[in-house]
Order: sequence, then structure tokens, then C-alpha cells
Amino acid sequence: MTFEIPRETNAGKVMEVTIGATPEQGGTRSKTVTIGGSTALPFHFFEGKHPHKPVVAMEVFDRVPAKYPDVLREYYSNVIDKPADMAKKCVDEYGAEMISIRLEGTHPEKGNKSVEEAAEIVKQVLESVNVPIIVTGHSHFEKINEVIKKVCEVTAGENCLINYVETDNYKTIAASCLAYKHILVAQTPIDVNLAKQLNILLTDMNFPLEKIVMDPLTGTLGYGLEYTYSIMERIRSDGLAGDKMLAFPMLINPGYESFRIKETRAPEQDYPEWGNLEMRGAYWEIATTMSLLVAGAELIIMYHPKAVEVVKEKIGESYDSKKGK
Amino acid sequence: MALSGLDIFKLLPKTNCGDCGIPTCMAFAMKLAQKKAELSECPHASEEAKATLGAASEPPIRLVKIGGANAFEAGDETVMFRHEKTFFHPAGIAIELRTSEGEEKLQTKIKEVEDYKVERVGEELSADLFFITHDSKDEKDFLRTINLVKQNSSKGIVLDCSDKDTLKDGIELLKEERPAVLLQEEISDEDIELAKNYNVSLILTAQSFEGLEGQVEKARSAGVNDLMLNLKCQNIGHQLQHNTIIRRSALKKSYKPFGYPLFSYINAENEMDVLASASVLLCKYDSIIVLPHVDKAMLYSLLTLRQNIYTDPQKPIQVDPKVYQIGEPTPESPVFVTTNFSLTYFIVSGEIENSGISAHLVVADTEGQSVLTAWAAGKFVGEKIAKFIKDIELEKQVKTRKIVIPGFASQISGDLEENLPGWEVIVGCQEASDIPSFVKNVKLT
Repeated sequence: MTFEIPRETNAGKVMEVTIGATPEQGGTRSKTVTIGGSTALPFHFFEGKHPHKPVVAMEVFDRVPAKYPDVLREYYSNVIDKPADMAKKCVDEYGAEMISIRLEGTHPEKGNKSVEEAAEIVKQVLESVNVPIIVTGHSHFEKINEVIKKVCEVTAGENCLINYVETDNYKTIAASCLAYKHILVAQTPIDVNLAKQLNILLTDMNFPLEKIVMDPLTGTLGYGLEYTYSIMERIRSDGLAGDKMLAFPMLINPGYESFRIKETRAPEQDYPEWGNLEMRGAYWEIATTMSLLVAGAELIIMYHPKAVEVVKEKIGESYDSKKGK
Repeated sequence: MALSGLDIFKLLPKTNCGDCGIPTCMAFAMKLAQKKAELSECPHASEEAKATLGAASEPPIRLVKIGGANAFEAGDETVMFRHEKTFFHPAGIAIELRTSEGEEKLQTKIKEVEDYKVERVGEELSADLFFITHDSKDEKDFLRTINLVKQNSSKGIVLDCSDKDTLKDGIELLKEERPAVLLQEEISDEDIELAKNYNVSLILTAQSFEGLEGQVEKARSAGVNDLMLNLKCQNIGHQLQHNTIIRRSALKKSYKPFGYPLFSYINAENEMDVLASASVLLCKYDSIIVLPHVDKAMLYSLLTLRQNIYTDPQKPIQVDPKVYQIGEPTPESPVFVTTNFSLTYFIVSGEIENSGISAHLVVADTEGQSVLTAWAAGKFVGEKIAKFIKDIELEKQVKTRKIVIPGFASQISGDLEENLPGWEVIVGCQEASDIPSFVKNVKLT
């Protein structure tokens, strides 16, 4: 018996999605970011192509979350409540390849900031950094629909990633994205069929395939990671096998999901076996991100600067050598 | 590779004698294919049938054991993806001990690892093995380290020592412990003798598939079968591909030389780097991962990841049904009820915490089902919840007589009030993420 590398080729390919727009393309970004395009399972260079590296974004806020952990505050002390400055720091110092602006403060119960205020903050961030932008909303449908409508309008031409719609609330936001030519995140709760169904609904509206990113919903480490992991593996396998309605790049939220749980906030005195609090959150984010990268994540929104550094390094070394024979 | 019923039928006597207790050979073949019968039940089976079926029933990835009484088990996996069935034998986490570190330091480290246990959803998580690297010049250091582990721990041991005489003296100390030996150099006749005489497992190291294949063949032809594979790689992406190729060869191509569990030593500068690589290898097929250094928080993250990845997708993890205290509740604090699916519990308790209030969370036994599923299956209904609340004597623990039920189970509210006299049922929100706003807007006590 002689050894032969068992290669499996796929009929399908993950859709390529380009986010952002340069001045020539009608935007103001210094360069765009492209994700997707893979013809094989993650990192399988030996049997397919991965033309684009997974991308690491970092997140800023219109309102600092009440429970934003101290270990992260230390990295942003004087800019934490200045989203444009914080965005700049994330890009210049921590290597963020994109910026997500989370507009949680527009939620009626979390500050109820006005539509105009939200649009203004997004504009300020666009001015302070030259990477492509993600605009991240919340689940209060009536308010977020209005907010996103306005944001889409004032950012026309920038080809932003509008994060997110769900099955119960996609029409208004999808229509705004269509009108102002933005990209859309389709979010569904950890389920292959629901994910596929929402993508079909969007394409029924003639939403362009190259403008859809999927969010299968991130369960962080210890909080349903195994479900997200397997759903992502199944979505990616089905997409590569030729199911076009599942062949979109996938986004994950390890930062937001990791830094709102007890494991990244409780002091070591209370849980001696959980170890030092200083790095625990970064570890949590790293383990979540690396496992979901293996399952198919292409766009990662992260929080801890040290975790960002390590994840980018691991992606970089794997893609740069592309040795797989 | 598994044989089909028809393949097996061809090997049977085809006499339909019924001596096996099944009327026809075809029916018996079908049962054999489904592993519901054993070939030994057929008194007329030929030697050829025994040999062919025997080889086919050999697991595609060998089960390798390290350790004495409670041996660590690696391998015997059957799928590429956990959603296809499950991963059976959780990757072993090994902690490195260097013999040059000095007795005092080693003793502290061994004690730390040995004492490290962390509870998560009713399971106790800990490291599994010690990996002893002999990097001092003195054989005494090697033997002393082995003795220290032996005296203070029951965990399995993997030895890495390039001097064969020293190694042999070390193994002499571990006659009952069945250690594994990492061979950094190509396998020699001496190594094969060692494996045979002392019944140790060998971990073979190579730089290429061909190099690995050759070494495995050499060991196998000498009758040494308890092997693990260590293919050296440049980076983590490279290693993921190698591990995938090896696992796929074993499972899909029945390629025997690669039908062994995988081993890695993570060579990295700091804990974050170690964790990032270990996370990938844990998901993609390593059976033993050696950590050169470790801190508690890092180990906790990695062990949690292992628990997640190795959970059987068909058996939801359950939390103990009881009253959980969220924050620092007093008898006046509000009462919530939910199901004992671990994810439901984690999310609901987390969101109650996020809302900033303290509360009593009653977790009813729904056999690990989530709210909607449990309600549909009749496991999360008024009568059962009421009985549970009475059994745990909740009325003695809390003063309030209001209880919040999940929005998705709103239909049980009347039923629950009927079965729980004196209590008022409040229908809560459907999504846990709405709990913080729900508690602000609704009077709960």
C-alpha cells in the first residue's frame, strides 16, 4: 500500500464579498477588504483555494456598555467614550482591519440616542479611520430600522457592512441596504435551515448574492460554542458541496459574547480555579476564535488587543506559507 | 473499512442452516453488518471469513492506553466531524516537566497540576498526563523526576529522553504505569525491543508523510502496534492539514499505517500562543497535546473547549435541577423558572446577572431539553413544575409568591397557578436577551 494524499474537491465555492469602497469606487476608504472565495474547508490549502485571509475587526460603541470589563478599559482608558478616537487606536495600535460601531445606545432602554446622533457617530468614525466599517445594531426592531435607514443614507457609497437583520425583521433594513448599496449580515439562531431560509428570503428581494454575510450566532466558549461550531461546519460543508444559499462568508462575535459572561469578569478570589482575571478574557476570546476559525469563520469581531494580536499572527503564518502539498 | 451485508453474505456458508439462531445466512449477514451479531455465533464460519471480518472490525484508529489502573485512552475515533456522530476519546492535555528544573520547582509544579480540578456543568475537568523531558546531563535527575511523578500523581506519563540507557532505567521504574515514549529520532531496533520488553507505547516522529509511513511499517512488521504519530509542522495551518490528511486516510481509505492517534508538542513562547495552537489541534484531531507551560486561566479555557468539542451532539448537557442563586438574593428577591438544558441555564442566569438584579432561578428537570422542546414534550408543564417547587420546599426559602415563567411557555401559566395555590404566575419574555429590559418594566415581587 503506498500513501496518497486523499484530496476531496468541491463543486461549490464560498461567495466573495468585498466590503468598503475607495475614492475611485465612490467611497473614502484607503482600501477595501474581501472575504470568502474558498473552494475547500478552512485552511485546507492542499485541496483547494483560499484567496482571502479571515479578517479581524474590532468594536467601538456609541455608549460604553455598563458591564464593559476593567481589563479592557485599561487598554482604552481615555478614549473609551470617544468612538472615533477608540476606532483610530484599534486600527493604528492594535491592528484592526475593520471597525464595528455598535449602536447599542440607540436602544430605547439603553440610552435611546437619536437617529441623528447615531448617524453622526458613524460619520465621525468613518472620518477618523480609513478601514471599511461595520455598523452593528440591536434587537429593538422599530428603533434600529430607523437608525439603520439613516446610517445607510449618510454612508451611501461606502459599501459598509450593515450588521444585522433577522428573519422577523429584514425587509426595511434590506431595502435600505439595496437603495444605498451596502452589504448585509443575515443573522439566524444557530440553525442551518433557518440560515438558509433567511438567505432565500433576501435573494427573493433581489438582494445581490455578493452582498450577503451570514452570522450563525456565536455561542462563546462554555456557552454553546459546540453548537455554533458544528452549525458552522455544516453550513460550510453544504455551501462547498454546491448549496448556493449556504455559501456565504460567515461572521462571528467572540469579543461581545466573551466579555459579557461571568468567566471573564469574576475575580480569582471567588473562583480560584478559574485563574488570573487579567488574561482570562483574552484566553476565552482566543479559544472561541481559533475553534470557530477552524469551523469556517471569515470575519471576526474581537475585543481584547492581545487576543487580536495572537489570532492575526496565527492566521498570517498559516496563510503566508500556504504549504500543504 | 466496514463491510456491507452483501460482502459478508458472500463469506458465509450460504446453507441457511439456522444454527446461529437466525433462519437465513442473508439475515445473519445483515445483523453482522449492523454489529448486532458476532461471527462466532455461526459454527460453520470459514477461516477466511474469520480473518476478513476480523480485519474489518478492527477499529480504523487504534485505541492506545497510557497509564496503570485508570489509563488515559486515545484514539478509536470514527468520524471527521463531530456532527456526524461524536468524538469519543477527549484529547489528553499533558504538562511538560523538564528534568533540569530542579527538585523543588518540579515538586511544586507536579502538585499544582495534580491538585488542579475545575467543575463545569457537573463534570470535573483536569489535565491528564505528565510529559517528562530529560534535558539535564545527569541520569539521576531523570529518575528522580519519574519518581516524583510516580509518588505524587496517578496521571499517565510520557517520556522524552534521547539517551537509550537512561530511558531504559527510567522505564524500569514504571513497570506498572505503562508509559509512552516519544522517539525524536527514527525508530531503531533497540526501540522496538524496548516496546516489546516493557510494553510501552511508542510515539513516532517524522518530518513527512513518507517518513512517518516507513517508521509505522517497521514497528508494525515487528509486531509493535501501540503507536502514536507526531508529524512535525511549520505552523498551525500546516498542522491542521496534516492532521486532517492522516485522519482522513485512516477513516476513509482504511490506510492502516495512519490508523493511530496523533500527538503534538506545542512549541510556543507564551500562554496565548500555546492556547491558540492548542485550540486548533484540539478541534482537529490531536489525541495528546503537550503544553510547555501553563497557567490556571489558560488551562481552564482549554479544558472548557475540550468539554464543548467532545460533548456528544445527541446528548445535551444538563445542569442539576435545583434553585440557583443569581447574585445575592434575599427571601424577598424575585423567582424565575426555566429548564435544565445547560445552555438555557447559562444564558438565562447570565442575562439575569446582566440585568443587575439578584434572583432565585428554579431549574426544573426537563431531561436537558430547552424550553420550547420541553414544553412540547410535556416535560415543562404546570403540574410537573409545581411538584418540583413543592419537593424543593421553595416556599420556605422565599417570601415572594410570584414566579416568572419563560415567554415561550406562556400557555402553562393557568395550569401552573392551579397546581400552585397562592402563587401568581408572570409570563416573562421569550428571548433571554430581553430579560434586562423585562425586569425594568415589570413588577416581579
